[in-house]
Amino acid sequence: MTVMTMTDAITAALAEEMRRDPRVLTFGEGVATTQAALLAEFGPGRVRNTPLAEGIIAGTAAGAAASGLRPVIDLLFAPFLTYAMDEIVNSAGKLRFLSGGQFSFPMVVLAHTGAGWGVGGQHNHNIEAWFAHAPGLKVVMPATAEDAHGLMLSAIRDDNPVLFFTDTALVFAPGEVTGAPVPLGRAAVRRQGADVSLIAYAKTVHTCLEAAVQLAEAGIEAEVIDLRTIKPLDEAAILTSVRKTGRAIVVHEASRICGLGAEVAAIVAEKAFDALQAPVLRLTGPDAPTSGSFTLEAAFAPQVEDVVAAARATLAGTPRKGRASLPA
Amino acid sequence: MTPEQLIHALEQMLLIRAHEEATAALQRDGRGPGTCTAVGQEAAAVGVVSALSAEDEILTNHRSIGHLLARGADPRRTMAEILGRQDGYCGGKSGSLHISARELGVVLTSTIVGGELALVTGVALARKMARRPGIVACFFGDGAACQGRFHESVNLAGVWDLPILYVCENNQWQAFVHRKETMRIDKIASRAAAYGIEGATVDGNDVAAVHAAAREARARIEATGAPFLLEVVTYRLRGHFEPDDQAYVDPAELDTWRRRDPIARLKDRLLAEGHLTAQSLTALEASVARSIAAAITFAEASPVPPLRELKTHVYA
Repeated sequence: MTVMTMTDAITAALAEEMRRDPRVLTFGEGVATTQAALLAEFGPGRVRNTPLAEGIIAGTAAGAAASGLRPVIDLLFAPFLTYAMDEIVNSAGKLRFLSGGQFSFPMVVLAHTGAGWGVGGQHNHNIEAWFAHAPGLKVVMPATAEDAHGLMLSAIRDDNPVLFFTDTALVFAPGEVTGAPVPLGRAAVRRQGADVSLIAYAKTVHTCLEAAVQLAEAGIEAEVIDLRTIKPLDEAAILTSVRKTGRAIVVHEASRICGLGAEVAAIVAEKAFDALQAPVLRLTGPDAPTSGSFTLEAAFAPQVEDVVAAARATLAGTPRKGRASLPA
Repeated sequence: MTPEQLIHALEQMLLIRAHEEATAALQRDGRGPGTCTAVGQEAAAVGVVSALSAEDEILTNHRSIGHLLARGADPRRTMAEILGRQDGYCGGKSGSLHISARELGVVLTSTIVGGELALVTGVALARKMARRPGIVACFFGDGAACQGRFHESVNLAGVWDLPILYVCENNQWQAFVHRKETMRIDKIASRAAAYGIEGATVDGNDVAAVHAAAREARARIEATGAPFLLEVVTYRLRGHFEPDDQAYVDPAELDTWRRRDPIARLKDRLLAEGHLTAQSLTALEASVARSIAAAITFAEASPVPPLRELKTHVYA
């Protein structure tokens, strides 16, 4: 077991896969510059800088993936993926189906997002649900260095395009890494509890864990589910938890409308309605761009006090709408 | 091209034209969907594809029938694909707009204008890294040459020395807009200089000239390792899709280009040079007509995909 940051864990996983599989290569804007150790070990053929042009980076990855390589590309920040939507959504996501299965697209697309660096709405936008809505794609967003490492191993080995989002608030946080792969599509129970299920991913997992400590002091046992993979979603883990607790609060930084919380709430309503003792609640970012102001940026994501207030209210039978930390 | 090669080229061009006109007729009769044809562009497809080697790959677009048939596709299976039938190259799941046939080296066909330009760099990179011989030909139009992806693709291919033959089939029309409304230049190949690569423009309605230019371009790619931009000047004689009354087309311009019809030109040449007689030409045309009739019969008899195919081939 080693302690490392999420960023280093991802690089370590990439290096392991590049050693194991000569088909794996990595490229993107500044990849060969920032990943000097990878460049030294694997050479300029497999570790490449590119022009600053996200569309052709993603398109090159899709073409290479369909032709026998397994590219890992770094598009830097999630909003930059809008320049690569055609290649990711229309090509990598659809041409397997449209060709009758003639091609597959084993590729990984890396991007940072989320509050943490004060970079504003054109560098920070949690668009992970956009890709969950597109067929043919998988989406992961880890909360720990261990999961970042393990999910990266699995993402590179997967034969489908995987969007790999990293939360800027977490990328430099150190964590223990055992080295084991983490399968795609499998959630983790971060804390056991019988009273309410807090369902989250990325930074809000930690928000929920802090809230759970405070709730425990008030005699409320919260269960914290870390989804880890956004698509395919681990429905069984969600339903098992909600059937146990009878109450669910979905907590994510991405905005509310058509966000992942809506999907989780719908799954619970469709498949565990009989177990529910209260309406499912969503605590999310607002329908607004993120700000470059640290204060506004930090306030965008659901806070510990929001989770505590929502959990207490739902257990008291007075579930409230909205977030306690934000003005109505 | 030798007389035998020219006669073979004529046969392929006749087959492509008959295939395109047959799908247009099927649409008129309510038996098939609207298609995007490339009538008038047959010499471009046959001239380039005949200059490729067996190990080369091709990326094409929504006007793909010429490239597929020139590469040896079975017209029964292209027709079945257009009609959305199981015996099509994509099991009927593509329809007319994104027909790939990996067994022929026709890969990753995209109907997004410029989509093929974004994918070809990766296909060529994989070939180069595996040290596989051969090149990748990428067919796109003057419309795609106006997309940002054209710039990104040619620039990256130049920087990485990727073995790509960029073939711009300049057919003068970008859906319903004339090329002259969209660019100040007359020769798209002149853009090659901006990327530090070689380019050439050729009369796209002269199959022998296209073939010679494509052979030369391919040889340059093999000699230099760099991509090449070949512009093939031609004309889309039918509309953007079927049906399209072409009310927006200048009749005088259309008439000018009809008189440059690549098939008529090749027939006239082969007849004048004595390589073809009126009788042998009639026999050739009858043989093509039989192939297309058989293709339609085959395609209409092919089963439609079962509904479970709605959800297959989504994930690997």
